[in-house]
Amino acid sequence: MAQTRTQFGYRRHPDQDRAGGNAAEYPVVVVGAGPVGLSLAIDLAQRGQSVVLLDDADRIGEGSRAICFSKRSLEFWDRLGIGQRMVDKGVVWSVGKIFHGASQLYQFNLLPEQGHKRPAFINLQQFYAEAYLVDRVGELAVIDLRWRNKVVGLEQRNDHAVLRVETPDGPYKLHARFVVACDGARSSLRKMVGAEFTGQVFEDQFLIADVKMTAEFPTERWFWFDPPFHAGRSALLHKQPDDIWRIDLQLSRFADPASEKQPENVRPRIARMLGHDKFDFEWISLYKFQCRRMDKFIHGRVIFAGDAAHQVSPFGARGANSGLEDAENIAWKLDRVLRGLSPEALLQSYHTERSAAADENIRESTRSTDFMAPASHQEARLRKAVLSLAKETEFGKRMVNGGRLSVPSVYDSPLSTADHDIWRGGPRPGASMLDAPIAERSGASMFLTEAFIEQGTRFTLLEFGNDAVADTPESLGVIRIGGGDGLVDSSGLAGARYDAEPGTAYLLRPDGYVAARFRHPTRPALDAALARAAGTN
Amino acid sequence: MALSTSSNFAKPDDAFRAIVEAHRGLSDAQSADLDAALVLVLANHIGDLDVLNEAIVLAKRRMLDDSQQQQQQQQ
Repeated sequence: MAQTRTQFGYRRHPDQDRAGGNAAEYPVVVVGAGPVGLSLAIDLAQRGQSVVLLDDADRIGEGSRAICFSKRSLEFWDRLGIGQRMVDKGVVWSVGKIFHGASQLYQFNLLPEQGHKRPAFINLQQFYAEAYLVDRVGELAVIDLRWRNKVVGLEQRNDHAVLRVETPDGPYKLHARFVVACDGARSSLRKMVGAEFTGQVFEDQFLIADVKMTAEFPTERWFWFDPPFHAGRSALLHKQPDDIWRIDLQLSRFADPASEKQPENVRPRIARMLGHDKFDFEWISLYKFQCRRMDKFIHGRVIFAGDAAHQVSPFGARGANSGLEDAENIAWKLDRVLRGLSPEALLQSYHTERSAAADENIRESTRSTDFMAPASHQEARLRKAVLSLAKETEFGKRMVNGGRLSVPSVYDSPLSTADHDIWRGGPRPGASMLDAPIAERSGASMFLTEAFIEQGTRFTLLEFGNDAVADTPESLGVIRIGGGDGLVDSSGLAGARYDAEPGTAYLLRPDGYVAARFRHPTRPALDAALARAAGTN
Repeated sequence: MALSTSSNFAKPDDAFRAIVEAHRGLSDAQSADLDAALVLVLANHIGDLDVLNEAIVLAKRRMLDDSQQQQQQQQ
């Protein structure tokens, strides 16, 4: 962890000297400086909002924890100015292999096509991601990050919330128009609003061991059912930076956690897996998990995001990535509401879109978990049949579920305008924008996601030019491809990915999701779609 | 497409026989394994989730009928 700062100091803030009835007032207080809270604070700050970010600890959590960050998360981090640093440090991968016993069943490539700025995934220890995010926060004067500030009380008022915050110097109060709770699976704010957090509890236990070794395994995700070194159970091997390897072993439901965690008991298992004993432990953790979510992601003035709002099993990289999708979803909406550009009702679309995404993530990860740990003899029998059929049939391979990896949800959203034209492809309203290689007129190559960032990540019209002068609302960013003065789609990939014809236009939301699309946009149609997407209709 | 429950085999006895014979000589556990594989193969061949769900409902009605019969016998 050299060159990475992970320990931070508590500093007394002048707010703490204010008398009881005279608490400081802020537009947004974000609680929890994990990947979700930090990313949200940065997004809000870049949109011009002042943010107070509170965290009850004074250091970045130990252990690698979340390690797989998706293409979508990297594109979000690109907008926050730290995507490249994450990719430079991370291990890029897109291929996964599934083994049954000693033989390979099949392999998959999560990004089989060229012409994307970002890979399908990088592996990066969560503490690096957090450290880079904290560095970025340090560059943004409008973010006030307060370590060792623990929220211990919440009062909901009509148009604000009052937080009682405990510090080493004693308590103080803050007023916030909105509070975003990114305080993790054991969220104390969730308890304070009295929300239920129920779902399915899985009895199976899994052991995570991060080991340091130099090895020649390729940078792929390897998953075993019933491997020779761990009979009857599943195992996962994944590379992280710094010669660290993530090993995930399924244990018996009845295994004794305290004894299983002892390095002297873990070592022989890993040695059997690797075929040698030349490794050191970085981190060992034993876990069970639950799949659950809050009924409502918004309670009065408090908005819940990330693990505080929903929890999934780790198979599929849907925890941190879905939390980051929460952050990018709520950031632009809060910004518009705080500026008075959109009514508070716009925030409800956060709940609509992200709770449906949470349901999807829970469904996918529950299916993976059930496949890995069958709950009955008959489920085990069906799995055995699938694994056996996978050896000789394509359909069997596709039924093998060793984790379905995170892809962005497509929102069935009140903000979307339904298609009226005929489309044979392209991202439909509610889907996230697709990247593609393009070139400036000077010939310099770039990506569509970069052009979107250059437009300020606001409502943006992606136009495929037909030389007609488009009548577009002034507030819109414009990315024009082709036509007399537009960017150049020399590979044709942008046009193909968007099923574009001359005149085709996509209205992108500030989070890069498609709000509406038109073969030949008219000003009234654009105005209506924009009003719908901004919640001002 | 809806689940077809009209008779589709020219010789239904041949089809029933083929399945019966596939199970001949197998233990109960082996038979259950065979059925599991067969169901998956056939489900994929059908390739239509609505039809599969209809088939599941029709097949599952047997469980209901069985338990009702048991209850009636107990009364």
